Amino acid sequence: MFLQTPTPDTSGYMIAGYAIAFITMALYVASMALRSRNLHQDLTTLQEMDKSAREKEAAGKQSGR
Amino acid sequence: MQDKPITLKVLDIVSLILLGISTYLALVFAPTELVMGDVQRVFYFHIGTAWTALMGFILAAVFSVVYLIKKDLKWDRYQVAAIEVSLVFFFITIVLGSIWARPAWNTWWTWDPRLTTAAVTELIYIAYFMLRQGIDDPDRRARFGAVYALVGGLSAPITFFAIRLFRTIHPVVIGGANAEAEGGFAMTADMRVAFFFALFAFTVIFVDLYWNRIRLGNLQEKVEQLKLKVTL
Repeated sequence: MFLQTPTPDTSGYMIAGYAIAFITMALYVASMALRSRNLHQDLTTLQEMDKSAREKEAAGKQSGR
Repeated sequence: MQDKPITLKVLDIVSLILLGISTYLALVFAPTELVMGDVQRVFYFHIGTAWTALMGFILAAVFSVVYLIKKDLKWDRYQVAAIEVSLVFFFITIVLGSIWARPAWNTWWTWDPRLTTAAVTELIYIAYFMLRQGIDDPDRRARFGAVYALVGGLSAPITFFAIRLFRTIHPVVIGGANAEAEGGFAMTADMRVAFFFALFAFTVIFVDLYWNRIRLGNLQEKVEQLKLKVTL
């Protein structure tokens, strides 16, 4: 029993491991949120462009008559 | 884009709670392993993320087959989502394994069969996204992606069985022992609780992230369709 090796202090590695795991997951969630926000902005812009294009088309048809 | 369904909102919250409980079980509830010390605690997240990532890669291969049969881009989006979330989880697996290896094996990395197959798997799926980036036509991109993911899917079972088929220093904690393994340990009852809970928690977290990623893919598809309509 007296010759038994004491448990090594490896808590620094453990903390580093969990920190990296949490940071990676947080970055991934943040990247998804950012991409989603950008896509929503793109969608709004494109819908407005589409709407104004249709309005112009309708106005062109009316003046053609 | 529709608002987030209530089920997904609940799943988001449940995932966060499960992650918290799993962290508590791994860091506080489970006893300290006497030979390795606290670093052994990374094992719970290491296995949890590895399990879900490998399942995700296999799931992606299944979706590839469905896409190749049905030619519906919906299956391509499912496949991309599965691979992206799995890639993130597998990155965590590899980094945690490397951190564990430093005190256990006295090295950050060694070209052991398990570590090599894991690194190759990660690189295969990084290359998958590079391949997709290089193809503009959506149908062609989906077809190439499906074939690639189908072949790439083989790397998941190879990685899983590497420690059971080849001589390796990587320990086999579940389902057998390896004579050459270094850093193996027998789990106590409390360790098993933390271990199985981590497996369950990461499975739920994977489903949650996967669902969110599918919704993102659907939104992306909608934007691309509208872009085509506006530019024509």
